[in-house]
Amino acid sequence: MGCKICGPKLSLCGLVLSVWGIIQLTLMGVFYYIRAVALLEDLPLEHSPDEKVDDPIEHFIALAERGYTQNAYNCWIAALLYVITLVVSGHQFWMNNRSSVSM
Amino acid sequence: MGSLFRSEEMTLCQLFLQSEAAYACVSELGELGLVQFRDLNPDVNAFQRKFVNEVRRCDEMERKLRYLEKEIRRDGIPMLEIPGECPEAPQPREMIDLEATFEKLENELREVNQNAEALKRNYLELTELKHILRKTQVFFDEMADPSREEEQVTLLGEEGLMAGGQALKLGFVAGVILRERIPAFERMLWRACRGNVFLRQAEIDTPLEDPSSSDQVYKSVFIIFFQGDQLKTRVKKICEGFRATLYPCPESPADRREMAMGVMTRIEDLNTVLGQTQDHRHRVLVAAAKNIKNWFVKVRKIKAIYHTLNLFNLDVTQKCLIAECWVPALDLETIQLALRRGTERSGSSVPPILNRMETLEDPPTYNRNNKFTQAFQNLIYAYGVATYREVNPAPYTIITFPFLFAVMFGDLGHGALMAAFGFWMCYKEKPLQAKKIDSEIWNIFFGGRYIILLMGLFSMYTGLIYNDIFSKSLNIFGSSWRQNYNASTLTENKLLQLNPDSPDYLQYPYPFGIDPVWQLAEANKIIFMNAYKMKISIIIGVFHMLFGVCLSLWNHLYFKRRISVYVEFIPQILFLTLLFFYMVLLMFIKWTSYGPTPGAFGSQDPAIVKTSAYCAPSILITFINMMLFKTDANTRPQCDDTMYAGQLQLQKFFVIVALLCVPVMLFGKPYFIMKEQKQRARQGHQPVEGAAENGTAGGAPVPSSGHHDDDITEVFIHQGIHTIEYVLGSVSHTASYLRLWALSLAHAQLAEVAWNMLLRKGLMSTDFQGGIFLYIVFAGWAAISVSILVLMEGLSAFLHTLRLHWVEFQSKFYAGEGLSLPTGSRFEVILDSAGPGRGVN
Repeated sequence: MGCKICGPKLSLCGLVLSVWGIIQLTLMGVFYYIRAVALLEDLPLEHSPDEKVDDPIEHFIALAERGYTQNAYNCWIAALLYVITLVVSGHQFWMNNRSSVSM
Repeated sequence: MGSLFRSEEMTLCQLFLQSEAAYACVSELGELGLVQFRDLNPDVNAFQRKFVNEVRRCDEMERKLRYLEKEIRRDGIPMLEIPGECPEAPQPREMIDLEATFEKLENELREVNQNAEALKRNYLELTELKHILRKTQVFFDEMADPSREEEQVTLLGEEGLMAGGQALKLGFVAGVILRERIPAFERMLWRACRGNVFLRQAEIDTPLEDPSSSDQVYKSVFIIFFQGDQLKTRVKKICEGFRATLYPCPESPADRREMAMGVMTRIEDLNTVLGQTQDHRHRVLVAAAKNIKNWFVKVRKIKAIYHTLNLFNLDVTQKCLIAECWVPALDLETIQLALRRGTERSGSSVPPILNRMETLEDPPTYNRNNKFTQAFQNLIYAYGVATYREVNPAPYTIITFPFLFAVMFGDLGHGALMAAFGFWMCYKEKPLQAKKIDSEIWNIFFGGRYIILLMGLFSMYTGLIYNDIFSKSLNIFGSSWRQNYNASTLTENKLLQLNPDSPDYLQYPYPFGIDPVWQLAEANKIIFMNAYKMKISIIIGVFHMLFGVCLSLWNHLYFKRRISVYVEFIPQILFLTLLFFYMVLLMFIKWTSYGPTPGAFGSQDPAIVKTSAYCAPSILITFINMMLFKTDANTRPQCDDTMYAGQLQLQKFFVIVALLCVPVMLFGKPYFIMKEQKQRARQGHQPVEGAAENGTAGGAPVPSSGHHDDDITEVFIHQGIHTIEYVLGSVSHTASYLRLWALSLAHAQLAEVAWNMLLRKGLMSTDFQGGIFLYIVFAGWAAISVSILVLMEGLSAFLHTLRLHWVEFQSKFYAGEGLSLPTGSRFEVILDSAGPGRGVN
């Protein structure tokens, strides 16, 4: 059933990486969603210089709000991609294990 | 249960074993692995010992087993691991069975191999012949080509064909030669026969198997035409010289065809026979592979037992063997039991006798450890095996090692990764152990699995204290800092300060660890962290060293070195306390007595200014001034010169007392030893056993090493070295603990760089493609985190921790001059130590 693409080491690596990725990226998504200050440095806050703003603080807050939400979604998207990686590498890992047992 | 704090008490025992029961008894003791036998006939060489024959037989068996193993490996048959426990050492009579089995197996295998080789050689010859027939056919066809024949006639003319009045008859030889020899062969033929021979060659496409070495070789078929007998002999000689194999090749095409047919059928027949031989060989090897590991263990055990028996003395009546062995005093019961079991098994009626002996020799060191403490004990033993009954640093290391590591490695995220790895290894302990992975690196990790787990857990704790998870902070309890600037200040300034001496700081600290706001303070985060981590490192270091000095007190008391307590321990601890512990106290005084006064922010009231952060002195400068008996001019007139009243006088007193400790350390002990010797001389020269004041007399008698007058200079030199080492060491070791700060800083900075350079790139996009980008960047960041931050930084922190324990901690009390009692199964150990003795065969 299915085909074997990667070997036992690569699939194990994928497995560990995706478990880590899912945990960390989901949590980071949550932290972005609740506007954690520690992650403020990692937001896209540069606005174009020709743009005229009346109230720089209001503008900054709006930018930060947008960045927080966007990054939260991006983190969850990446986490979702890692879920797919987990399924794929889990399947590969299972295939590798099964074939080595039957040998 | 033996204690972990000191090595076990050992007793030297004499063991009388009846000759018949000796084997079984030693086998039982070997399974127990608690006894170390002494060689009672050290001047007898390996060939003259009693059980040389048996050892030689074992060697022979091992050789056969190795041959079998090699053959099994060649066929790629998996060898079965020993199921369950190791087999017990077999009875001596079983040895004959084993020998017979191995003999039979070896002979069978050799015969099969010989047959197979003969068959293969045959097969090779036939295949070569087949190729010759096939390839030469082409040459013959060319010759038989009528158009060519005509050409020949016209070229050579009548006279050519009828040269010398007789018909020109071309002879030929055909054969096979290694392909790489062809060019040399051709040249040789040309030169030796002056160009009068004609060589045709064709390559055989498929490689052929050389039966003797079973290598795959490429060969070529050649055919040489010549005229006359002289040339024929010459050509044949050259062929011989080049190791070419010549095959008879009939001249007429019909014969050749017939021969080819014959060869083909014979090849077919040979193939079936070869297949059957291979099958037979395979069956034999598969049967052997099931047992081979088991056999190896058995033979090694027998060999080890006979090696041990060779260490014993034979008594006059030849009826019993006498052995001397070191035994942990607490295990005498178990050993007696094992001996009784051995006697019962051998069916002997006379029980073995085990009696204690008095001795003056230094016993070996033996620490009873379990799988958890063993790893830590090994770290200590890597430096040096503890002197007999000395304080064992291992139990303290269990806590201090992971802790000091964690101070350098403090990061919740990286700690969690490490702890997860360690936990997995501990959780899967049994299956992983059963796997017996041969990789050296893996074995190092697996051996230290409990250390890794503890290091990971402690790093998670210090990571929480540093509030550092992959260089980000967690705001669990809510920061204690607020910003109270107005909108215009905020928009106009790039950097703004939050003053603790104002309502910016809520005046109560973050409840656990460092306030998360520091992670965002780009301008002075490192300055703040450095001040904190440096002080913490020194505090931890001074306590660690003080603890080490206290352990030396325990050693002095145990070995009843009363004088050492007075002239070594007390001055040592005074020196360390008065100088370095005092510095630690100054740090605490500074932390507690300077700071903002709530309700009076920015007040100019002199009383308040004096306790404000403005007046906080530098500890380092204070300490340096203290050592130099110097006071700096006060540059801040509002502040006090000192931290508390009478500080300068007290400091002077401390330094003077500490300096006075040095001559006490230097001359105290030699002085007392000299005095003692004089006293002894006055009382007349009676030999005094075990100089109790200075020797190692614990409870066990020691070899009498009464001090003579001439080694008083040695005592002076020794004491001088120790004193200088201690005094200079206290300074340099205290500074050396700053590596805790340095590595911690490096780790934090590296983690930050990894985050900012990699992961941040994935978080900087303004639309949903960022998710995919983040997915890729995260994998790179994870790889860097594991390889550099966890593996390399972890390794470097581990090594620095090891150094702090070996040098800074253990130099205060640990001699490490003992001999180890090898632990584990005695069988392996005996064979390893009997390395040279193995050359008996």
